[in-house]
This record gives sequence, C-alpha cells and structure tokens, in this order.
Amino acid sequence: MNRDLICIICPRGCKMSVDVPDCTLSDMGKPGCEITVVGNSCKRGEVYAISECTNPQRSITSTVRVSNRENVMVSVKTKDTVSKNKIFEVMKVIRSLSVEAPLEIGDELCDNVAGTKIIATKKVE
Amino acid sequence: MKVLYDVIIAGAGVIGSALARELSRYQLSVCVLEKENDVAMGATKANSGIIHGGFDPEPGTLKAKMNVEGVPLIYKAAKELNVPFRQCGSIVCAFNEQEANTIKDLYDRGVINGVEGMKLLNKEEVLAIEPALSANICLALLIPSAGIICPYKLAIAAMGNAMDNGATLIRNFNIDKVIRNDGAFEITSVDGKTVEGKFFINCAGAHSDVIADKAGDKFFTIIPRNGEYLLLDKTEGATVHHTIFQVPGPEGKGVLVSPTVDGNLLTGPTAEVSCSPDANIITQAGISKVVNQARKSVPGVNFRQTITSFAGIRASEKNSDFIIKASDSVAGLIHVAAIDSPGLTSCFAIAQYVINILKDNNLTLTEKEYWNPVRENTEAFREMSYEQKDEYIKEHPEYGKIVCRCEGVSEGEILDAIKRNPRALDVDSVKRRTRAGMGRCQAGFCMPYVMELIARENNVALEEVTKKGNGSYIVTGRI
Amino acid sequence: MDNIVKHDVVVIGGGPAGMAAALSVWDNGVTDVVIIDRETSVGGILKQCVHSGFGLHKLGRELTGPEYAAEYAKRVFERNIKVYSDTMVVDINKEKLVIATNRQGILKIQAKAVILAMGCRERSRGALNIPGTRPSGIFSAGTAQKLINCEGYSVGSKVVILGSGDIGLIMARRMTLEGAKVEAVCEIMPYSGGLTRNIVQCLEDYGIPLYLSHTVAQIHGKDRLEGVTIAQVDENRQVIEDTKRYIPCDTLLLSVGLIPENELTKMADIAIDPVTNGPVVFQDRQTTVEGIFACGNVLQVHDLVDYVSDEAEIAGRGAACYVTEQQKDSSLVVDVKPGDKIRYVLPQKLNVNNSQGKVDLYMRVTEPMGRTVFTVCDDKGNLLSKAVKMRAMPGEMEKITVDLSQIGSAESIVVKGEAGK
Repeated sequence: MNRDLICIICPRGCKMSVDVPDCTLSDMGKPGCEITVVGNSCKRGEVYAISECTNPQRSITSTVRVSNRENVMVSVKTKDTVSKNKIFEVMKVIRSLSVEAPLEIGDELCDNVAGTKIIATKKVE
Repeated sequence: MKVLYDVIIAGAGVIGSALARELSRYQLSVCVLEKENDVAMGATKANSGIIHGGFDPEPGTLKAKMNVEGVPLIYKAAKELNVPFRQCGSIVCAFNEQEANTIKDLYDRGVINGVEGMKLLNKEEVLAIEPALSANICLALLIPSAGIICPYKLAIAAMGNAMDNGATLIRNFNIDKVIRNDGAFEITSVDGKTVEGKFFINCAGAHSDVIADKAGDKFFTIIPRNGEYLLLDKTEGATVHHTIFQVPGPEGKGVLVSPTVDGNLLTGPTAEVSCSPDANIITQAGISKVVNQARKSVPGVNFRQTITSFAGIRASEKNSDFIIKASDSVAGLIHVAAIDSPGLTSCFAIAQYVINILKDNNLTLTEKEYWNPVRENTEAFREMSYEQKDEYIKEHPEYGKIVCRCEGVSEGEILDAIKRNPRALDVDSVKRRTRAGMGRCQAGFCMPYVMELIARENNVALEEVTKKGNGSYIVTGRI
Repeated sequence: MDNIVKHDVVVIGGGPAGMAAALSVWDNGVTDVVIIDRETSVGGILKQCVHSGFGLHKLGRELTGPEYAAEYAKRVFERNIKVYSDTMVVDINKEKLVIATNRQGILKIQAKAVILAMGCRERSRGALNIPGTRPSGIFSAGTAQKLINCEGYSVGSKVVILGSGDIGLIMARRMTLEGAKVEAVCEIMPYSGGLTRNIVQCLEDYGIPLYLSHTVAQIHGKDRLEGVTIAQVDENRQVIEDTKRYIPCDTLLLSVGLIPENELTKMADIAIDPVTNGPVVFQDRQTTVEGIFACGNVLQVHDLVDYVSDEAEIAGRGAACYVTEQQKDSSLVVDVKPGDKIRYVLPQKLNVNNSQGKVDLYMRVTEPMGRTVFTVCDDKGNLLSKAVKMRAMPGEMEKITVDLSQIGSAESIVVKGEAGK
C-alpha cells in the first residue's frame, strides 16, 4: 500500500510518500516488511511517517479551570504523545480534572491516562 | 400598587426619547415602553445622522414645517444634552442639465419652506470648497444650516435626561394588548406585564401601524424600507467636508457621502422596500449600489478602508408625510407615525407639536420647579489634555485603563455607560455609548473584557451577557 | 503630570517580539531598557495559544504558547528588565517621546530608541461586508480562542469557520475537542492560508471538511446566529449563485487575515509598506524614523513565533547599536524590491555603506509554487544570490541571503521566484 503524507513534525510540511508492505502490524519493520519513506528532509520525518502508518500519535492540549481561583484557567498538555484514537478518551479525563493553585509549569495533574500524564503548561500563583 | 401614568409612550427611538425629555419638564408621570433591550434600536440606530436644512419636503406638508422648526431646536437640545454635532453644511450635486433644473427647483422650494442661507454654486465654486467631488458636476446647492449628529447618541442622551428628570423607561416590553377602559389605557406585554396610563402615544417607528391596530385605530400602513450603509475608517473622514447629496428621487434622498461626528466617512443608504420592520439586512446588491452611487458624486471614496456595513429601517408611508395627530376614534391616543427622513432633524419640533396636541386634549401641563435640561458630558474625559487626564486618573484610576484600543476607550467610560441613565445592559449598548468595539478591530480585542464589566456591574453570569438583548447570547456556558 | 521619565530603550508590547527585543537590547549591553505592556502579564497572544508547535527552531523543543512565553518571561525577569504592565501607549512622536496610560496616571517617557512590537489584530467581519443580518455568535477566531482558553467559556456548538488561517484551523480542532461540531471551513482562495501541518492535524484528523474557493455568502438569524449560506466563488472571488448551500449553525468564526497594528507607527510619521501594512525597515529593523525600530507582527505577519523572536533579536541589536552610537553611516541606501511571484520582501531597504556580512531577506510568494528558484539580482542584472526550494506557499515565509559586499553601487536589488526545473 502506498500512502502520501504531509509531515507535521515541524512547520516545513514535507510531502512524503510511504510504501507500507502488506504485513501484519506485529511484523511491520521486520525483514521483508520494511516500510520505505521518500520525500522527508530529516530522520524525524521518517519516524513520523512510519508511526503515522502503524500507530499514529498526537499530543493533546487543552485548558482546565482552577477551582480555588476566580475565573482562572490553566493550560495543560499530554506529557507524551498518545494514540490518535485515544484523543477523546484523554479529553474526557481532562474535562473531569479538578485542579488547585498554586501550579508550576510541568506539574502533573493526572498521572496516568492513555499511558502518559497530563501536565500544566502555565504557572498559576 | 399600580401606577397610573399620565403619559405612556410606545417606542424609545429618537422621537419617543425626545418627547419623553420634553415632557419631563412638566409635573407629569411619564413612562416609555421599549420592546428591545436598549433605546434607539429601530430606525434611530442606523440612519444617516443628518440635520437637514429643509429644502426637500414639499411646501405645506408637516414634514416641511417640522424640518425647518426642528433645526434650531435640535441644535439647542444637542448642546444641552452634550451630544456632539457639527454644522458642516450640505451640498446637493447635479451632474446634468435635468438635475441642475431640479436643483433650482429645490432652491425655490427651500426659500418657500423658510430655509436660510442657501446658495447655488457653479462647478468652479463647488469644486473649490469640495475638491473631491466628481468633475462631472455642473451645479450644486449649498445649505449651510445642515449638519451632522449621531442619532442614537441623541436618543440615549434625551432618554437619559428624561429619566434623570423622573421619566420611567421599561425595556423588553413587547406590547401585546392595548385596552382602553375607564378613561385609561391598560397595556399588556407579550410576557404578561401591565402598565396603565391616561394618554398613549404611539412612537413605535416601523411598528407604529401594528401598535395603531392594537390600540384599535389603524388607518395607515407602514412600508418599511431598508437602507444599507458602509462606514469607512477615520483615515477617510476628511474625504469631504460637507454632507454630499445627489438629487433626490422618489425613493428618498439617494446615496450620500458624509463625514460623521466621530470622524469616519459614511456612505449610503440604499432604499429597498423591506419584507420586515426588523430586517436590517445587508445585501450584496445593496453594497454594490452604495459603492457605485457614492462614486458618482465622490469618485475617490476609498472603500478598501471600510470598517463595517450596516442596514437601517425607515418607517415610510404611502402619502410620504408625517402622521402626527390625535386619534379620531380612540380618546387619549396620539399617533406619531411614518417618521422617515427628516425625522431626526424634526424630533424636538415633533415633541413640541405632540405637547400641543396633549394640551388641546386637556392634559394639564405645569412646569416643574426644578428641571435640569443638561445631561453631563460623557465625553469630557476624552476631551481633556494629558495633564488633566493625569489628575483625573489619580482620583479615578479606572479611567487610566484603556479597554478598547482602537477607539481609546477607558474602563471608566465603560463603567459610566453601564451605570448612567439609560444604563447599557449589553455589549452593543456599551458600544453605542462609548464607541468601545466600534473601531477597526470591531470589538475583537475588547469584547471579552466589556462582557466581564457588564456581568460584574449587573451581578450576573457571563452567559447572561448579550450582544443586544433577547436571545443574542455570546458565550454558551463554562467549559 | 509628574516629570518625564527617561530610558535608553522603550519596547512597546510585551508579547514574543517585545520580550525577545528587550532581551536582545540588554544582551547587547544596553541595560536601561523597559517594556510597556497593555496586559497584566507579559506573553501577548501566546498566552491564549495553548496548542503546541512553538519553539522547535528557537529553543530546540516543542512547546505550547504559554510555555514559550514563560521561557522568555523568565529571561526578562532574570535580567531585571522593567515591565510597565497594564499600561497602554497612546502616543509616540518622532522625537521618541512615549505617552502611556495606566491606573496610576499618564506616563511620559523620553527614550533614546523605541522598538515597536505591538503585534497585529484580526480582520473583522465589517471589513468583509458579508451580506445578511447582524446576530451574535460571530467571532474572530482569536476572540473565540481567548474566551475559550483564557476565560473558560464555550462559544457555541455548531460551527462554521470562514478562512483557513492558522488560528481558524487551530480553533476548529479546539472547538471539536470541547464537544462542538465544526461543519465546514470555507476558504475563498483556491489554497489554504494556513500551515499544512495544521490542515492535517486540525482538520483531517477530525474529518472536518475544507472547502477551497468557497465563502460565506449570507448570514442568517436575528438574535443569535441561526445559519450561514456558503457558496463557491469564481476566479474573481464572486459568488456562484447556483452553488449556494445553507448550513445551520450557531457560531461563525472568522480567520480571514491579520493586520499589523500600526496606529502608533503612523503617529510618528513612519513610512508604511502598503503590502505588509507594517513599517518600511532597514536590515537592522530601523524604520524610516531614526531610532525607532520595529519587529514581530507589527512589522509583517509571521507564521511562526520562532521567527518573530529571531526578528526581534535583530531589532534589539539594532536599537542597542543606535543607542551606543555604533550605528553605521547610512548615506548609501539600496531598495529591495519584490519581483516576479514575490508579494513582498523585508527589509525593504539596505544600508550598504561600510556594511559587511550577510543579510537575510524574508519574503512571501504570490501563489502556491512547486520547486522554485529564488534569485536576487541588482539593477544591472547581476546575480547576487540564488536559492532553491522544493515548494513555496504564500502562507509560509521564505528567506534568501545576500552578501552586502557584492551589492556594490546598485541603487536597488530585486528578488524573484521562478518555477524551477
């Protein structure tokens, strides 16, 4: 199978062409089942392309209301990327969070969702 | 306990507001019913804002009389109410011989109507004072007494002054029934509120035929006309120095090009018969027509600097004269209807005319011992020097915080608009009073903060703050 | 009013451009530098850009907007650079007298150099003249972003977005994540104005349709927005009548362009480039008024904050040199002109006297292009520089470097783009 992709790793947006062999997911990448990528300008593009064709990943950002401050929101993100099909599951968890100030950038607000953590991206005094 | 008002006015446009203000001099209880969330929401909200000299109305009509009488009265009231205006004069342009003949007729008509100071100018003379006019001009009529004023600011100030002098304004009162019994009117709103009064004055603008019907005396039909405008940035405000008219036709005074009191350039209106008295619809055809027509008189209008388009409604009627009279069939009912152009110019003359009708109908008018004709200048802060502003801010820190960057409006001015009669209850009402959100970014930057101030001062949640009352909510809930 | 305060350099605006500029001034040896910011905390629009994608170029890691802002704010505080917060500049003049207002009063600051870093604003509905009514529920994308991300309020549940600028694309995803349904993104041009990555990860990921060569032809609803009519447009961007289609929605977001906010610039009689809508500048980002510099989105609308920081550093260095009188003789000026396929080039002017070294010229192409050869030639046709790109998009800024020593006696140089073989 051949897939055309646009790299989203950096704003350069390389147009890549990925050749995905007709193998099961577990065999992917093994001898005879190599994925080939052309059109990328750097190694990260190749990594992205392979991941996008096997297990697409996204980082998620959102905001959470700070319960002990009036009208203050803290911005948050997933510490690592998560599977694309887990986005709404993660959003559900983010929406259910109750957080209190003070908060520092990097504070963990939830320590396990879809294999990663939710962390604050803003300081709230 | 129910109040029995001496006078109930339906409609808080510039006519209802001017009338309330003039009635507030007397020992009377006055109540104004407005179906919207603010005053000046109908025809008053969006029109050309021109104080017409009075050459146009047919001699002998009520329009001619009200227009010419209204000019000195509106200038006087605007001064007392601290509403900015400019007597910039107007110019009517003729681009061919036929139009030139019409202009000569208009001159004669103006003389009969009693307009003073008019002058016919030839091409060279008019281009000398207005170099931006089309070189195709062949004759022009200059009317020095004409001017410009912001219509909704006048209505807001007049109503505010009326309220300061004891009048009552009830908003969101959408009249459902008007019942006359025992020598008084009982007026019920769609949502079940009731007020009672001895006299009922129909100033309902584009809805005045509907109100007449509800009061049991419908003898006219309003044909609402939609007028579309384009407003240009202040960079274009000096394109012309007078209000530039074309030769009037059957549909009205045509597309004008005019400076505004705030320093913008206004072009428009179209005049299309509208399907609804609340339509205010902007159309592609209308926009194109405004652009093309405006360029006929002023070819260099820079429409790239358009900051907004808007549409207003005019309450026209087939006989094209004002209808100001006591009802023939319902005692105590007075119609003030079909007030299209020059309604703004005429508003205080109309108020006086209505007061005379009330007198004729045996309403006792005793002047109050103390009546304050003056409304405090809400723009005083703007007009201060930096030194004066600095001192003022030291006493009133909220005037040091600029909320609207484009128009330089401070938090203090916005709070004043929210607190002063008639209080601004929604975002657009703040805009009309302070210009916050009226500039180049059209509230993109300041709207969230203005919403917060309205919510805070009225002690309501942000979800309840609207753009213009009713269902015009802005945010839908908390995340 | 109290006495006039004096500072070597005044930076107007505390967003990414202003912070980076002030840091650069300080790091180039001029420590009497202050920032005037209209908000309570520095960071500007980055504070509402909670999505990630910032910092890859400048800081080597992918950050969210607030994190990128915090990184620069930390550096500002480490250096003790004074910030006049909650303070709005209302006037500047050629003599570099800055007048500002805050809750304490009116502030007069006499600067030796000024750096303009006021950013930009969004184009509004008014400027678009969309036919129809004027209900609530129509927001510029950035206003919606502020209400959602900073104030924590949702603005609607069924959404149409006009314009495929980056903020519009980001908001399509943001509103989807918060439970709204984004029905369509309409772009009047035959291509998107946003970054490709945003089309992929904000629209395609969520199955949101992007209609190119489409616009909103009519707005419906009296109080709150009830729906929009969308339609295809022809090559003159005029609505094709029989393609009109009604979409019920309660929210319309506008992402139809950003305009540099140059009201103050005009007060100081600085020349404005009619294409960028920002000041005309030299390579040190000095405007046509001596001692007044500009950087960031007030100068030209950038796609990436990292490049804003780069540009601000140039302006900061320029201002520091100006204040310490290391400025070079500016008698020999070369105009930089956009040629074929180039919408604008910045800087628009170069000082070539005694100048050595290389200058980066930033530009945008007029239309989407595949493999493109960019060239810089002088007015005699001599080739000064050449660069090849695999593709070029109007939404993505390109850059080419020229060596000043090669320019010689040219009065102007021209930058061109050409479809490459």
